[in-house]
Amino acid sequence: MGLIQLGVSILTALLIGALTRDTLRTYLLLASSVLAVYWFQPALPLRSFDFWLPSLSLALTILTWLVISPSGVWRLRQNLTGLSIILGVVTLIVLSRYLLPDPIFTATTPPQIFQYLIFLLLAGLALSAFGWMSHRHTWTISGVIILLILILVVLKTPMFSLQTSIFVRTLANRPIENAAFTDLRWLGFSYIAFRLIHVLRDRQMGRLPELSLPEFATYVVFFPALAAGPIDRAERFSQDLRKDVSFTQEEILLAGQRVFLGLFKKFVVADTLALIALNDALATQVRTTGWMWIIVYAYAFQIYFDFSGYTDIAIGTARLVGVKLPENFAAPYIKPNLTQFWNSWHMSLTQWFRAYFFNPFNRWMRGHKSLPAWFMILIGQAATMLLIGLWHGITFNFIFWGLWHGVGLFLQNRWSEFLRTRYPNAGQDNRLRPILTIGGILLTFHFVALGWVFFALSDPSLSWQVFQKLFNFL
Amino acid sequence: MQPRIRLFPLVLKAILLFVLFNLAFLVINDIPLGKLSLYNSIFPGRERFPFGETRESYNLSLFDLDAMFASHVLTGREKAHDEYRVLLIGDSSVWGTLLTPEQTLAGQLNKSNISACGKTVRAYNLGYPTISLTKDLLILDQAKQYQPDMLIWLTTLEAFPKDKQLTSPIVANNAERVQDLITNYQLPINANDPALVKLSAWEQTFVSQRRAVADLIRLQIYGALWASTGIDQIYPDNYERAQTDLEASDDYHGLDSLNDALALDVLDAGMTIVPDTILVNEPMLISEGRNSDIRYNFFYPRWAYDEYRELLSEHAEARNWQYLDLWDLVLADEFTNSAIHLTPTGERLLANKIAEAIQAECT
Repeated sequence: MGLIQLGVSILTALLIGALTRDTLRTYLLLASSVLAVYWFQPALPLRSFDFWLPSLSLALTILTWLVISPSGVWRLRQNLTGLSIILGVVTLIVLSRYLLPDPIFTATTPPQIFQYLIFLLLAGLALSAFGWMSHRHTWTISGVIILLILILVVLKTPMFSLQTSIFVRTLANRPIENAAFTDLRWLGFSYIAFRLIHVLRDRQMGRLPELSLPEFATYVVFFPALAAGPIDRAERFSQDLRKDVSFTQEEILLAGQRVFLGLFKKFVVADTLALIALNDALATQVRTTGWMWIIVYAYAFQIYFDFSGYTDIAIGTARLVGVKLPENFAAPYIKPNLTQFWNSWHMSLTQWFRAYFFNPFNRWMRGHKSLPAWFMILIGQAATMLLIGLWHGITFNFIFWGLWHGVGLFLQNRWSEFLRTRYPNAGQDNRLRPILTIGGILLTFHFVALGWVFFALSDPSLSWQVFQKLFNFL
Repeated sequence: MQPRIRLFPLVLKAILLFVLFNLAFLVINDIPLGKLSLYNSIFPGRERFPFGETRESYNLSLFDLDAMFASHVLTGREKAHDEYRVLLIGDSSVWGTLLTPEQTLAGQLNKSNISACGKTVRAYNLGYPTISLTKDLLILDQAKQYQPDMLIWLTTLEAFPKDKQLTSPIVANNAERVQDLITNYQLPINANDPALVKLSAWEQTFVSQRRAVADLIRLQIYGALWASTGIDQIYPDNYERAQTDLEASDDYHGLDSLNDALALDVLDAGMTIVPDTILVNEPMLISEGRNSDIRYNFFYPRWAYDEYRELLSEHAEARNWQYLDLWDLVLADEFTNSAIHLTPTGERLLANKIAEAIQAECT
């Protein structure tokens, strides 16, 4: 997202926060968010995919809402209004093809009206069928979860993305030589999918409150958090929407401070560090050990300031409309151990994985009494971190990155256990404590920084070259 | 209890500070910020001037001559008592497009470890990739403070046409310095030529100058990449070779003759700056392809270039300049992507010739 898109988002939030209340605010947030789904989506080499992919995001959102909502609830006035807003905005975007000389809501010209009508018809039929089935078959929720995971797998696996692009190009009778795995850059889908899976799982567990379509759709595609999170929880988000907004000077200032802090972090600090941060080219070009460490440090801070900067902007912008998004970062690089690091880095994602994978998986393992405790810890940590790695992309480097942290968490757990049993008073010693803390911070930071060597690069052989240079061997 | 913050006074103060900052920037505009540099202290100086259009080259083009010189190794190196300092001025062929710093003319001269007048020759690459005598003079005028023992000025016909003198972006965007050159060397160039970019007060504020400020900062940051990789341009595996099949046109800047069309006054001015100066007509590609009976290469029709060589030779002889006409020194195979860009081998041939000329200086 560029500065113009962020600027318009902030201004829109300011206007909605200042001028609207209650349901009107929700409706306007929904309309703005639907528009943002299209506007933020970058151009793609596949014709009109910058329209179709956002449309699929919305269709999946409505589908999920139908599946989690009681039968017939779509006929309620507020839900019909929500549906009308979504369809109205999307139709407006399609009509802009005929009304405006150049596209302004989408990166390229939207599709023709008849193509849109066919899409509406097919989407309507599919939604009706799913909605009908969901109230008769309990497995429908599982089916939607599997569908979302399958889409994620295709998007995150370069080979599958490439094959999908080739398939689409073949259907459209376009040359397949230009097909690339980056053809399916679906903006925000990783976050959208995780929000949808969260509500589907909570519905399965019977702990999801009833949500109207406008509330639910706004939650899923909420424009401040669309591109880079954080991943909020639906029930918490809807409470904010239902609350009366206190649009005071203090609130604006606090929101403004957060936004400006985020803009500074992202566009001044992170973008500057990006010039010298580790990448595929530098992995082979840097000549000395000392400079390689500096380039790796630069990446470590660049990714932090970039991501936390976006989060600050999202939190500040959301605050303008009365939504208090969850924090995503809490000074992660000054944490004395890896567990604390992961409790303060991309917190909304790690909490998601804790709730929907780690805890259930651990409960399942504890059912197998024969397994030793250390083994359960190792498998639990490694599997969770492996999945977090795969969420970023199904490549060897993300797998190594996930395992690096999984094994690191396990080793740290064992070390803490060792200290606790052998030296139970080590933490109480006033002389030893600062040494342990500072040593822990340095060790944790460097462990994380070395992990970024996998994350930042596209190929394990490049990572290996960097490690060789860092430790000056071979 | 926290003090209550009032929004509107705060916004008002922010706007006021912003306006004041911009006005202050306008006032301090004459301070040469470009001289503040991390090069030659934290990072090693560059072997050639910053120039580049893409981020992958870890380099950028900017118009701030102070910053360009501050980043150059010439600025950071005290002249040793046994150093024979040779400055090389010219276009992209001297700067070294597609060549690593070691492969450039300066690099090859330094590698050959030659001496002159009992001192060790150290050559400095002050080439810059646009072709204009006025651009060369602009750089030379600033370089003269670095105690050169000798200047090697490599040039080609394309640097001479009067209509090209101010079109180089670095010339156009250094209007004040060019006006000083016009005054100091009494050049017959219109000091108010519209090609010279003159900034209004608004254009001198921080808001308008933010790109220039950002470029200065980026140049410093790229110092880390220069230091860590030694890379300052992209070296593609494949590139389009210089054209050898040529257009059937004998047009050269719409001229019938070169008489009065060349900026020889600029050359005269430059040749007075360093007492020991060798003027070199640089090698160029001589094509044997289609229409090579009409043109030598992409740049030059035969009639124009032949006339230029004759004219320059007479001009140099009349002024008793040291002049090397090396136009046909290098075979066509040793040119890369342009009729004046040499391969490392071609560059070595040129370096050998120039080394001979340098060594002959004190004999």
